[in-house]
Amino acid sequence: MTNILPLNLKDVMVKRRGKRLIGPVSTKLGNTGITMILGPNGSGKTTLLKVMHGVERVSAGQVQWAVPDHEAQHHQSYVFQSPIMLRRSVIDNLRYPLQLHGTPKAEQEARVSEWARKIGLEDHLSVQATRLSGGEKQRLALGRALIRRPEVLFLDEPCANLDGASTRDIETLLLEAHAAGTRIVMTTHNIGQAKRLATDAIFLLHGEIWESGPSARFFDAPETPELQAFFRGDIIA
Amino acid sequence: MSDIVEGLTAAFWLVISLDPELLEISLRSLQVTLTSLVIASAIALPFGTFLAIRRFRYRRLTISVLNALMGLPPVVVGLIVYILLSRSGPFGVLGLLFTPTAMVIAQVIIITPLIASITHQAMRELWAEYHDLLISLNTSQWQRIKTLIWDGRRNLLTASLAGFGRGIGEVGAIMIVGGNIDNATRVLTTAIALETGKGDFALALALGFVLIALAISVNIAIHSLSRTEREGRW
Repeated sequence: MTNILPLNLKDVMVKRRGKRLIGPVSTKLGNTGITMILGPNGSGKTTLLKVMHGVERVSAGQVQWAVPDHEAQHHQSYVFQSPIMLRRSVIDNLRYPLQLHGTPKAEQEARVSEWARKIGLEDHLSVQATRLSGGEKQRLALGRALIRRPEVLFLDEPCANLDGASTRDIETLLLEAHAAGTRIVMTTHNIGQAKRLATDAIFLLHGEIWESGPSARFFDAPETPELQAFFRGDIIA
Repeated sequence: MSDIVEGLTAAFWLVISLDPELLEISLRSLQVTLTSLVIASAIALPFGTFLAIRRFRYRRLTISVLNALMGLPPVVVGLIVYILLSRSGPFGVLGLLFTPTAMVIAQVIIITPLIASITHQAMRELWAEYHDLLISLNTSQWQRIKTLIWDGRRNLLTASLAGFGRGIGEVGAIMIVGGNIDNATRVLTTAIALETGKGDFALALALGFVLIALAISVNIAIHSLSRTEREGRW
């Protein structure tokens, strides 16, 4: 397998209608780990994630994978905050990325049934995906993202609006994917979840990386007063 | 009121006795409209989808014109097609005037904008829903169109049925270009107009009821074939 990492962001700036959404941001994603992006609403978490994924136009700066962009595109997946379900059955949703990629039929079937089992939807294969519950939809979205065997998985608040049990299901799947070698980058509002999963973390504020580092130091000894306040639960404007 | 009852009775007997003339004009109605529908759908469905996902310079203007064309007066379309196909017109040599082909041409012009416009509306919503996912999955333009047409096929069916509805009940254009010739270009709607003119209300009503029944059965047939509106699938 080619390795698309590390990813280097250099002085990245995103502006829309003259307003600065993020930047300048410089950071590097190493080869392994789970990176959590934290920050209040409007701090630019989603924009940063989309910039990394390559679906947000960058106004200035550089986003550089270890391989050319078009090649890197094939080795990453993205899970949206509110899962986007194709108006098809569960099994057809899972199969879709493989069909796009032209995977042989026999292998498609094998991988689809493997992932249906992993996400616990093997009894719902013929159900319309749009009729699943919120937790099931998000598991399906995650399965559909992971079935491509991405090297990097981006998740935008995958557990927003989910209850405890559903959140635990998602986290289990993420830890499994991480153990299997998938590089994970996700945003969250849930500090508990960030602590449970992160190997390192980034704190975004006003579109800039305010503080970042390995999780032990980041969570136990935050340096900036803003991050300390964020962990205390203060409202940061 | 008695006229309507008489009409119903007459319609009943016409259908029961499989009146050959009724059969012929009903089949011609179906043939003309379904042919136009297939041709118009083949143009309008991909075009409407294309309008929904592509951004180009005169897109807004194209959509406005398309929406305006939905209300195209059939008589005017008939008149223009008549002039084009008449002996002295540019396509006169083809000898198509007063044939079912001329009627198909007129109907295609009338229903294509309607189908394209409804397709565009439906596809625009679906595209808004799918946009982020399909971009993220790195799909090609062609894969996007295929996905949208497949997942939006029920909406496209509605668009086509709207076209069918407009076509089957249309009289102005096909009367002009077809000429309502017995055994050649007479269809249900033109026959109704003729019988009404002659004062034979019972027969006109009978034909009217047959027309309505025909429209309903085609809709039901297409719905049941395509399995829409089944529980849990809308």
